[in-house]
Amino acid sequence: LCSFCLGPGAGQDVGRSCILVSIAGKNVMLDCGMHMGYNDDRRFPDFSYITQNGRLTDFLDCVIISHFHLDHCGALPYFSEMVGYDGPIYMTHPTKAICPILLEDYRKITVDKKGEINFFTSQMIKDCMKKVVAVHLHQTVQVDEELEIKAYYAGHVLGAAMFQIKVGCESVVYTGDYNMTPDRHLGAAWIDKCRPDLLISESTYATTIRDSKRCRERDFLKKVHETVERGGKVLIPVFALGRAQELCILLETFWERMNLKAPIYFSTGLTEKANHYYKLFITWTNQKIRKTFVQRNMFEFKHIKAFDRAFADNPGPMVVFATPGMLHAGQSLQIFKKWAGNEKNMVIMPGYCVQGTVGHKILSGQRKLEMEGRQILEVKMQVEYMSFSAHADAKGIMQLIRQAEPRNVLLVHGEAKKMEFLKQKIEQEFHVNCYMPANGETTTIFTNPSIPVDISLGLLKRETAIGLLPDVKKPQLMHGTLIMKDNSFRLVSPEQALKELGLAEHQLRFTCRVHIQDPRKEHETVLRVYNHLKGVLKDYSVQHLPDGSITVESILIQATAHSEDQGTKVLLVSWTYQDEELGSYLTALLKKGLPPSTS
Amino acid sequence: QQQHEDLSAKKLRLTKPSKSAALHVDLCKATSPADALQYLLQFARKPVEVESVEGVVRILLEHYYKESDASVRLKIASLLGLLSKTAGFSPDCIMDDAINTLQNEKSHQVLAQLLDTLLVIGTKLTENPSVRMRLVEVACKHLTDSSHGVRNKCLQLIGCLGPVEKGAAKEVESQAAKDVQKIIGDHFNDQDPRVRTAAIKAMLQLHERGLKLHQAIYGQACKLLADDYEQVRSAAVQLIWVLSQLYPESIVPIPSSNEEIRLVDDAFGKICHMVSDGSWVVRVQAAKLLGSMQQVSSHFLEQTLDKKLMSDLRRKRTAHERAKELYSSGEFSSGRKWGDDAPKEEIDTGAVNLIESGACGAFVHGLEDEMYEVRIAAVEALCMLAQSSPSFAEKCLDFLVDMFNDEIEEVRLQSIHTMRKISNNITLREDQLDTVLAVLEDSSRDIREALHELLCCTNVSTKEGIHLALVELLKNLTKYPTDRESIWKCLKFLGSRHPTLVLPLVPELLSTHPFFDTPEPDMDDPAYIAVLVLIFNAAKSCPTMPALFSDHTFRHYAYLRDSLSHLVPPLRLPGRKLVSSPVSPSLAPHEDPSQQFLHQSLERVYNLQHLDPQGVQELLEFTIRDLQRLGELQSELAGMADFTATYLRCQLLLIKALQEKLWNVAAPLYLKQNALASTAAKQILEETYKMEFMYSGVESRQVVIIHHMRLQAKALQLIVTARTTRGVEPLFGMCEKFLQEVDSFQRCFISELPHMQGSFVDKLLDLMPRLMTSKPSEVVKILQTTLRQSTFLHLPLPEQLHRATANIIEPTGESDNPLRFTSGLVVALDVDATLEHVQDPQGTVKVQVLYPDGQAQIIHPKPADFRNPGPGRHRLITQVYLSHTAWTEPCQIEVRLLLAYNSNRSKASAKIAKSAWSESLEAIPQSETGIEGTIPFSKPVKVYIMPKPARR
Repeated sequence: LCSFCLGPGAGQDVGRSCILVSIAGKNVMLDCGMHMGYNDDRRFPDFSYITQNGRLTDFLDCVIISHFHLDHCGALPYFSEMVGYDGPIYMTHPTKAICPILLEDYRKITVDKKGEINFFTSQMIKDCMKKVVAVHLHQTVQVDEELEIKAYYAGHVLGAAMFQIKVGCESVVYTGDYNMTPDRHLGAAWIDKCRPDLLISESTYATTIRDSKRCRERDFLKKVHETVERGGKVLIPVFALGRAQELCILLETFWERMNLKAPIYFSTGLTEKANHYYKLFITWTNQKIRKTFVQRNMFEFKHIKAFDRAFADNPGPMVVFATPGMLHAGQSLQIFKKWAGNEKNMVIMPGYCVQGTVGHKILSGQRKLEMEGRQILEVKMQVEYMSFSAHADAKGIMQLIRQAEPRNVLLVHGEAKKMEFLKQKIEQEFHVNCYMPANGETTTIFTNPSIPVDISLGLLKRETAIGLLPDVKKPQLMHGTLIMKDNSFRLVSPEQALKELGLAEHQLRFTCRVHIQDPRKEHETVLRVYNHLKGVLKDYSVQHLPDGSITVESILIQATAHSEDQGTKVLLVSWTYQDEELGSYLTALLKKGLPPSTS
Repeated sequence: QQQHEDLSAKKLRLTKPSKSAALHVDLCKATSPADALQYLLQFARKPVEVESVEGVVRILLEHYYKESDASVRLKIASLLGLLSKTAGFSPDCIMDDAINTLQNEKSHQVLAQLLDTLLVIGTKLTENPSVRMRLVEVACKHLTDSSHGVRNKCLQLIGCLGPVEKGAAKEVESQAAKDVQKIIGDHFNDQDPRVRTAAIKAMLQLHERGLKLHQAIYGQACKLLADDYEQVRSAAVQLIWVLSQLYPESIVPIPSSNEEIRLVDDAFGKICHMVSDGSWVVRVQAAKLLGSMQQVSSHFLEQTLDKKLMSDLRRKRTAHERAKELYSSGEFSSGRKWGDDAPKEEIDTGAVNLIESGACGAFVHGLEDEMYEVRIAAVEALCMLAQSSPSFAEKCLDFLVDMFNDEIEEVRLQSIHTMRKISNNITLREDQLDTVLAVLEDSSRDIREALHELLCCTNVSTKEGIHLALVELLKNLTKYPTDRESIWKCLKFLGSRHPTLVLPLVPELLSTHPFFDTPEPDMDDPAYIAVLVLIFNAAKSCPTMPALFSDHTFRHYAYLRDSLSHLVPPLRLPGRKLVSSPVSPSLAPHEDPSQQFLHQSLERVYNLQHLDPQGVQELLEFTIRDLQRLGELQSELAGMADFTATYLRCQLLLIKALQEKLWNVAAPLYLKQNALASTAAKQILEETYKMEFMYSGVESRQVVIIHHMRLQAKALQLIVTARTTRGVEPLFGMCEKFLQEVDSFQRCFISELPHMQGSFVDKLLDLMPRLMTSKPSEVVKILQTTLRQSTFLHLPLPEQLHRATANIIEPTGESDNPLRFTSGLVVALDVDATLEHVQDPQGTVKVQVLYPDGQAQIIHPKPADFRNPGPGRHRLITQVYLSHTAWTEPCQIEVRLLLAYNSNRSKASAKIAKSAWSESLEAIPQSETGIEGTIPFSKPVKVYIMPKPARR
């Protein structure tokens, strides 16, 4: 039995991932995210839900974090330090390295800028990170004697991983966020045919099939190139981690290839630290970067330099990456204000923008913006939208399901309406059950666990010697005695079982009479039966004994004339319990009667 | 044949203590298995001569039966296999013993090794069907073994030796004559993946050996595609491909529906499915095989490029479709808006198939794959399919163009090449051209050149396209001036391919274009030349165009026709004496006047026998000058002209040398006097080697003449030596050598001798008997007179003749900054050169580095350093390692390319070798066959270097 509980968060919603899984008596929490949209208690999952009362550490066996995005790890310090959890937390090495930077940044914004109180402190982040155990890709980590976890590459962002959780022979795969198409800095998600009982997959793009990324890349590069050639300035608002690095690599290689000279700037701060980690975790990147880092680490940018506020007024073309990504505040907004008036310039929005932000306004075509202090800003610069999302699309999700071959699929992290479509498709294509629980809803999945049984070597050898070669695809019939003793299962030969139990052996023999209409003499009938059986049972040894009986393997057939009716012969078929299969087949065969004799 | 046997009979029987005896002693001495193993290992290091193989085998077998340790038996078994491989040894005598050893063997590893030995034996005895049958029978018996290794080997054996012909199987009526395919097919479901792989491989092996596989296997193979193990899947993909090629037209049902499709289509769909497999090895395999499935129906083929896009369940158009639409609506580039790609109509949820069983989007996936190996394989497959299907070519264009922006250069290059190969089938749309041209700014020279090559053979649909291409190429030119030649060549083809599209552009290009608005543009401006090359080539097939030219254009035409004759075609311009050819076009419209000129000048030369010596010299000098000029003007005739000029120069040198007055002086010559004659002889020798090895397309008729000239030079050398040295002793040797050479010349070119009436060698052969007996001094005298009297031989010209040329692009030799490095250490110098008309550059082209102290170093570049961008052209990109002791000043070294030759390789000596084989076994003198040397064939480039003393 594999119970699955969509604990405090996630479910049919994007943001705040937090999933609770109980598998064969073990409780595992998958991700511990926060909701970006709320600023009150609702931003963190409701952990009291898990235990009602009692300590979390006693209830949870471990916590697994799939990647460093705040909607997957944002509530971690709150959970471990403020609510109180002392058990192990598992994440990959890059996640462990980058996660605290983001948490610290998040804390700064909330506490220092917005002045909130009762929030976790820097020290709490540090303490929390001390509880983290880092894992490598494909490394099987034994959490305790029964529970083991294993990480698979997931693409999406640096260090993102999918986790397989296994207890005994029951297993669950949690994908976190993943990407099935490689991009400029990361590879594609990959999993082996692990056939888990349950696959928990994200479904952000459940109803989308995306175009080739090459077109998008080409469009992006062409736009930047054209603007720079015209002498214009390009502003690309980004969030510090993830897509920003991809775009940097893209532009960097393009600049290198095309021998361009215009400067590219990256607004400083968080990014520099993060880039440092990208340089270190080369093994987590894509083929190209991994293969060429010996000559040159791709993240050691040659053309991209740190940005200084004063550069924005420099004449001539330039490209600037600035945070934050939605143009709602900070440096990106400042630069935008400076450059918006010139039609030679361009702003490229590489991602989705929340309603109400400047980014959203200009994307929806607004040309006059009202800024603080009633100023009206006229936007003359070109506005472009370029989607570079790193989630798997519907095809990608299906591809992952095909790779892993799960017995059940559960969709989370998406909108209900869209998930409905995908669910239907999955059930139709793979003929597996698909679930899509809502927040706080518990789904229970019944598994068909296979129970390992010890078999004595002697019995195994004897049985395989009788039958044909073992075949993976077909179950094989085997005779033996199952002994259940002291919580262990053993399959032994009947003799040994008898010996162990101190019982005497009894023979069980079946006899059956079959009436056959045959006017001939007894021995002729026997001969006919013999010829018939010999003709039908080619693979068995059929013998005609001198005393007038027939043996088929160890089954005995004798014929006598009926006492009353000489035209009817009675065939006596007798077999032991072991030959039940063949014996019953024989009787059935004989009951059908003999074929009309040709002689 | 008779001779041959005699020879072998004469061979001595070696009587040295046989190796087998030594082994026997060693093995008997061995006290422990470890010891024995050591002896065997030592023994295996040395080869065994053929005669003693059988003896060794017997000893090993004897020991095998006694040995109880499995590892020693294993080694013996492997040695048996090794020994059976010995060339010249026929292993049938040991086969029975080898089979017998199998009977009692318990160890699975040894069994597997023994079967391997049997496989070696079997492959050596493939002609013998009964042996093969026996071995296959043995293999079948062991197929039930519980070890995967043994089963593996058995299947391999059956695959390699199983009966292929139906008839043969019936002949030898036995158990194993059963259908081998069925036996192997039964193991497709083996429990061990390694055995499954071996079974599929054995099946493929049978196919390779010519057995027609049953179609029934197809179903089994399809199931194997879902195997857990990648080797099995990879092999299964191959098997399916093989079957699809065997039975393309047979019909298979689609599971879960009543429809049926052609097998090749079904197989194509299945292999396409494997392009998104979990293992990249399988993906590469699948993508590669797709390319060779040309019988597949076109709608299946086109599905591979199709990926239905949707967003929130609404149909979306791909960027490609959008681009196409924009183009067809007449709007070229619109300012992009958000939501330009907004989804359109609602999709019926039931109709969307997320994982199609068909070929859907296989290439879309393949081209986006994470591993570049898969992407390259996909591009290659795309290329092959597009070559055979024009409609597919048109469709895949968008995807190929996208690949021009791949992150790996190799992939980009490959897709450019692919595009070039299919360019006959396609016409580029403007937006596609735009993307293609954007790549012109790439910093890699390889990419740019490949792109120029591509543009040479692309079809452009509109005049805007041509204009765009020109503008981009000019941009390219300003950014990378070294690409000049390549760009001009590209424009030449672009012009001659699209005369009608260029025509409306001419006024703009020549005068009203903003770049060229000066009254008379600068003639040395490469960009202007580029434009003119485009226009002149277009004008060739567009007679109305010259009317648009202004006066200076005509002048420039004349200049360019002269200076860049290979780029500017001859134009028939009305009323222009300056350029109209002296031969009236009506007279010989078909024959090229320059070709005519070449022949005429040669005709003239052949009459020089009748002229006085002074006249002969003058005539030759004039003709040589003419030919050289012609070569410069007419690139296609350059090889021919050069070749003849060289020949004539040889003749001129010979005549000059013979006309020296000094011959009349009786006394021995002094050093100063002989200088001219001996240098002439040396020079002629050098030139003849150049003629023989530097030109491609030289036929045997020319080779004779060249060798003849060389013989004359050698005679001259002999005469000069005879006159300058005192004493007769050294002359004996020289004379003998010369006569030998004459002899071998006769042998080589016996068939050509009738054409050489009155020549030097003809006369010499007449006098041969006398020469053989006379003293050296007399020989010299005879030679001198014959040399003077002999006639000048006609040089017949071959159809095509090209001179090997090399041009070092890098280092440029212009740098003033010395390359500094610490003495004693090495510095790598990048060398980049283009080679033309070099046959087998990997074997012949060397790099020479000359140091100022006269020290020379010859470097053999690796074969991988040569690339072949087009027919007859090669590109050498290599690194040369330099090192030297410390210098006080920076100094220049010279780098040049050499063409190595070896007369062994030449056509003439091939003949010698052949004729020598049949006539006599007498060895040809080593000195003659193995003349090796090098010809410098590129301009030397100077590189400034400075080895610094090492700092302590």
